[in-house]
Amino acid sequence: MPIDRRALLLGSASAALVLALPRAARAAAQGGRLIVAADSEPSNLNPAITASNGVFFVASKVIEPLAEADYNAPDGLAPRLATAWEGSPDGKSITFTLREGVTWHDGQKFTSADVAFSALEVWRKLQNLGRVVFKDLAAVDTPDARTAIFRFSAPTPFQLIRNALPALTAVLPRHVFEGTDIMKNPANERLVGTGPFKYAEHKPGEYYLLRRNEAYWDPTEPKINELLFRVLSDRASASDALEAGEIQLAAFSAVPLADLDRISKVQGMKVYANGYEALTYQLIVEINHTRKELADLRVRQALAHAIDRDFVIKTIFLGYAKSATGPVPQYDKTFYTPDVTQYAFDPAKAEALLDEAGYRKGTDGTRFRLKLLPAPFFNETRQFGDYLRQALGKIGIDAEIVANDTPAHLKAVYTDHAFDITVGTPVYRSDPAISTTILFQSGLPAGVPFSNQYGYANPKVDAVIAQAAVELDAGKRAELYRQFQKLVVEDIALINVAEFSFITVASENVLNVSSNPRWAVSSWGDTALQDFGP
Amino acid sequence: MTGLLLRRFAGAVVVLALVVVGAFFLLEAAPGDAIDAYVAGIGGADAGRIAQLRTEWGLDRGPVPRLGAYAVALLHGDLGWSTGFQRPVRDLLLERLPVTFAMMGSALAMALLLGVVLGFAAGARPDVWLDRILSVGSLALYAMPGFWLSLVLIAVFSVSLRWLPASGFETIASDKTGLARGLDIARHLVLPVSSLGLVYMTLFLRLLRDGMEEIWSADFIRAARARGISGLRLSLRHVACNALAPVITMLGLQSASLLGGSVVIESVFAIPGFGRLAAEAVARRDTPLLLGVVLCSAVVVLAMNLLADAAQAWLDPRIGTAGGSQ
Repeated sequence: MPIDRRALLLGSASAALVLALPRAARAAAQGGRLIVAADSEPSNLNPAITASNGVFFVASKVIEPLAEADYNAPDGLAPRLATAWEGSPDGKSITFTLREGVTWHDGQKFTSADVAFSALEVWRKLQNLGRVVFKDLAAVDTPDARTAIFRFSAPTPFQLIRNALPALTAVLPRHVFEGTDIMKNPANERLVGTGPFKYAEHKPGEYYLLRRNEAYWDPTEPKINELLFRVLSDRASASDALEAGEIQLAAFSAVPLADLDRISKVQGMKVYANGYEALTYQLIVEINHTRKELADLRVRQALAHAIDRDFVIKTIFLGYAKSATGPVPQYDKTFYTPDVTQYAFDPAKAEALLDEAGYRKGTDGTRFRLKLLPAPFFNETRQFGDYLRQALGKIGIDAEIVANDTPAHLKAVYTDHAFDITVGTPVYRSDPAISTTILFQSGLPAGVPFSNQYGYANPKVDAVIAQAAVELDAGKRAELYRQFQKLVVEDIALINVAEFSFITVASENVLNVSSNPRWAVSSWGDTALQDFGP
Repeated sequence: MTGLLLRRFAGAVVVLALVVVGAFFLLEAAPGDAIDAYVAGIGGADAGRIAQLRTEWGLDRGPVPRLGAYAVALLHGDLGWSTGFQRPVRDLLLERLPVTFAMMGSALAMALLLGVVLGFAAGARPDVWLDRILSVGSLALYAMPGFWLSLVLIAVFSVSLRWLPASGFETIASDKTGLARGLDIARHLVLPVSSLGLVYMTLFLRLLRDGMEEIWSADFIRAARARGISGLRLSLRHVACNALAPVITMLGLQSASLLGGSVVIESVFAIPGFGRLAAEAVARRDTPLLLGVVLCSAVVVLAMNLLADAAQAWLDPRIGTAGGSQ
């Protein structure tokens, strides 16, 4: 009798299932301590004041937003403190239905008053990014404890607020903060939240300790008893600590790309390249448009044609990145468009464009000199700076590298405009209006980091940005942003080279890693340990 | 000797003031301020919030009024507020000081002890095989960068053998107390202290060995030999004792460079000490914190030098009187 292949496959699959059962059953058990590498200690931990990955990493386990990013849910959002959200057609109000039976870690009940307080007193006034998104928020009505109605003084796109929910709507306990100097409140460090973990201890320079919240609103979570964030500021320490078994997880690429190949071969170790889609960074070349040569579109085109993106991705990012076409990353299905001008790697064309623009090679083979400032934010930023210097050298542009540390880089670029080109890494935050359009909008005051301090001014681009800011129809709004991408790529306001994100390395023992597009900065309520011992 | 100490103390106060003013203006000269560092850390903020913060943190004032305010507060015993950590500088220093002290003290003790013992072994009979091995070995060790030695030690003893922890000052959140905690800290300190101490050990070794080699040919040694003193007694009391003075001076001097070396070692081993605090303070343009660290370190170094001087004056009374007669 011939062996039926399908039956054999089925049989082995079910055998595998049976074998896997005891493991899965053990995985469902709760307990254990997960030790994680933290690469920095933010000056405060309050995500309602400081919307940043460094803060979220620890705080997102304690303080929850209204909704969290999700791979499969409608609009990519899963409910957290809000269970439903509905915008009015005139764009002047949004009604949030809040979750029942949620208590703060100090035992008080969570109500709509907490949401109203957080929105009006913290997000709108103090939060670095909320000040932009919630600028027209005039009032929050609380007809009952489960309903919060946001009222806007000017029409505000519901789509924008929805996209901002995971990152910008951390809810604080009103009873802890009201009537105090919010910036100086000790609860900015000793967090009181509603999340699956409670703040327990912070030993500066050493660790943050979080303990399970027994009274969490989802009775099946958390799965872990203790989360310990070990401060390891040196990157080599993180991979050593992983290999020595002192930590079980290193997120945010704490293990350098160059070490990944080696560490992925260590038994029991897994490498995750997903779980950061909603935190996608872009490697960009910022261009000082007030510099005579760079104000010429042909010169900018020459720069774009001089860069070999494939080489950059393979060599600098070791494959952990994608070629970027414009300021919106490809994962964002709503706004991304591939339908923009493409600049293929073509040094000959670049040289022809430079000749045409009137910048012929001098006797030393140089057309003109530029000051190149690679930002010190990532290893890859600096490596790309070195590459760019060589690539430009090949087309006759002599780029001199000026290396600065972070504060010096920010001052040189965003306050003093003392650069010709830079290598930067803006992060895309789920909606172009949050922190992407300010890279292109003209007339912004000097000294604002990560904004257009490049002297780029295009009335057409400004008009599309202004129109999209008040467009209430989600479809039309997305179309405006696709138009925006076409305009800025065609005009080469800046050069988007690659989009990249982070890598997580974890012990196989840790389950449910990278389960949502903001995993590292989400609650980790479902994250579990397989064998955690007694 | 009291006169010497008093004059040294007055000098120390002047040095401290100069060190603080110097550090203040050095950091002031670095481009970018605490707000730039903070805003970079949080991924951006709008112009209004940046202006607000600058006022809140007092950075809208010029450097001279800020330094003046710092000096006045300092005279009242107030070390100021760390902008980078949003905590009082005093608390940060008090947390980190014991850690670096434990590390520095152990490294210095190890360097001195090993350096003197091995230096004596080499210097007791210069140019025999033991001396040659020690000389070459110490030279090789001295040439090694501290961080590289640390990484090798971690790779061997933590990652491969798993005998010793790769990082940290103690087992975190372990609730150990008393002797158990002491032992735990000691275990964590073996690798960082070795990385730091071994390099300095070579200095003491060379210093003592070369000093002894020189003294062997001195007239008083021949005289001593003529009087029938020989062997270990001669090596110890007449040769080694006289070669020890530069070792003591070096001990005072090394305490300063040891503090500098701890920046690297603390980063590699993730030890929350003074060195890392100083590095963080610079990266965050946290002037009050950096001044606090610099002030504290200067006090430590001055105290160590004072102690070394006193020890030398005690070893060789001529030093004290010469100083007194000037």
